[in-house]
Amino acid sequence: MLLEVQGLCVNYGHIEAIRDITFGVEEGTVATLIGANGAGKTTTLKTISGLRKVRAGQILFDGKDITQLPPYERVLMGLSQSPEGRGVFPGMTVRENLDMGAFVRKDVKTAAYQQDLDRVYDLFPRLKERQGQAAGSMSGGEQQMLAIGRALMAKPRLVLLDEPSMGLAPKLIQQIFSIISEINAQGTTVLLVEQNAAQALKRAHTAHILETGEIVRSGTGHELAGDDAVKAAYLGGDV
Amino acid sequence: MDFGALFGSFDNFASFTMGGLVFGAIYALIALGYTMVYGVLQLINFAHSEVFMYGTFAVAWTFVLLHGTGDANWSLGKALPILLVALVAAMLASAAIALVLERVAYRPLINKNAPKLIALISAIGASFALSEAMGLRDRFAKWLGVDDNLANYVSPKKARDVYTNPVTIEPHKLFEVGGYNVTDVDLVIVLAALVMMFALDQFVRRTRFGRGIRAVAQDPESAALMGVNSTRVVQVTFLIGGLMAGVAATLYMMKIGATRQSAGFLLGVKAFTAAVMGGIGNLRGALLGGLVLGVMESWGAAIWGNEWRDVVAFILLVLILLVRPSGLLGEALGKARA
Ligand SMILES: Nc1ncnc2c1ncn2[C@@H]1O[C@H](COP(=O)(O)OP(=O)(O)OP(=O)(O)O)[C@@H](O)[C@H]1O
Ligand SMILES: [Mg+2]
Repeated sequence: MLLEVQGLCVNYGHIEAIRDITFGVEEGTVATLIGANGAGKTTTLKTISGLRKVRAGQILFDGKDITQLPPYERVLMGLSQSPEGRGVFPGMTVRENLDMGAFVRKDVKTAAYQQDLDRVYDLFPRLKERQGQAAGSMSGGEQQMLAIGRALMAKPRLVLLDEPSMGLAPKLIQQIFSIISEINAQGTTVLLVEQNAAQALKRAHTAHILETGEIVRSGTGHELAGDDAVKAAYLGGDV
Repeated sequence: MDFGALFGSFDNFASFTMGGLVFGAIYALIALGYTMVYGVLQLINFAHSEVFMYGTFAVAWTFVLLHGTGDANWSLGKALPILLVALVAAMLASAAIALVLERVAYRPLINKNAPKLIALISAIGASFALSEAMGLRDRFAKWLGVDDNLANYVSPKKARDVYTNPVTIEPHKLFEVGGYNVTDVDLVIVLAALVMMFALDQFVRRTRFGRGIRAVAQDPESAALMGVNSTRVVQVTFLIGGLMAGVAATLYMMKIGATRQSAGFLLGVKAFTAAVMGGIGNLRGALLGGLVLGVMESWGAAIWGNEWRDVVAFILLVLILLVRPSGLLGEALGKARA
């Protein structure tokens, strides 16, 4: 297991946002968390990245306990995230945002770095056109592309994507999901949070359903996509 | 009211303007400390005035240590070797105070997610504690049993009185502009401040660490997700503010030649005013705000008399904020375009 989450509990004041969550992500796979609004998906990802305090439980990355590590040390270990709501740096250019994604990399001047940059520009040609534009003046969808591209520039072993299809046009959503499969094929492990459950389940090797802070079902993406209860609750009937 | 005092001759006008620029440059350097900490933490480091004040004492004590207590009147050239040592000492002293403040008065509160108001109160407390501690330095010296050999570092009279630098730096005319003599001291002060500002601006805009600082200012959570060590960024921000205040302290001692335990207060308030006027969180705004404030108050003092200097300075602040609530240059450190 590349990532193991064991008995994780996180509170906001007295509110229990997530309770006793346990799941794992196998290296080289795509895993997905799906669930209704407020189920605790974002909280789970933020906690894995170290932005939320853990009340109980453990997070292991590559077998090492990272529960108490500050966020930047987790990034150094190969964990990156494209956060919900994009979180691009509004006053920096597109190119500077991508460079920020590679903040922990030591090879910024090398050809390998240029290659990764080109790969992101290949995935999102729009970002290349807009290299010098301030990220804050990009459209919502463009910012979403930037947030994903930025997360990839870290060359992570595990990338956490929080609703990457949010705010994108249907055609782009399709494209984002193929990109997710593509980066996974290139060796990056993916943990995906999605409202677009049908697409997420189709791509995911493993899937977990979160309800009010607890995991209520786990299985392969294929199993859950075929499950009647899941269909009724998250897939709007037929897929 | 006497507009003739300012506009009567070019000589007068140039002299008040230059005088204003000299103080404006010092305000601007101190203002950097306020504006950078605000940019990164959205918090007013009220105790920054004391960071400056400790720097001024470091300068005076360096002269006592290397020259002695005998009064002397030196040219800038003669004072330069000791002045350079004093500059280093002031930068170290101010930076040390700034780092201690961060560690003791702020970090524990930030880690507990305390409201900004609490941090401000903590800062005000730290400010008084530091200033009053300097006013009690004779007691500290006595407790430490260093009365005799270190008495010179304390004060000739009482620790709260004005402490004069033994060496007065006599300005010399460098060149003349329309009847006004530009002196070496004034020119060095303005140039030194501009060079420091430029260096800092480049550091924040061009270096990897500078980009990290801007990232934390724009979106602390995203910055953490990119692998920026925000604790380190905050520390370096305080450190830079301290170093700049140390430079300001040295320039101030070159010009004024005396300090006291309460010297930080008015300078601090003026520098804070400069930072807000330029647009708090904005580095170039701090420079502009400092220079505008310095020149305006100097002109005001020429027209209405010196006792009106501070009145003019703060009325100016109110007026500028009424017209441009976000300050002259607006945008914060983080939002500044690349
Ligand atoms: N900063 C916060 N302070 C207080 N409560 C919070 C905070 N962030 C989240 N919560 C609460 O924690 C619960 C889980 O929120 P979370 O953002 O993890 O949900 P989510 O599954 O990502 O929802 P969505 O699909 O709407 O993004 C919610 O009840 C939410 O109100
Ligand atoms: Mg969410």
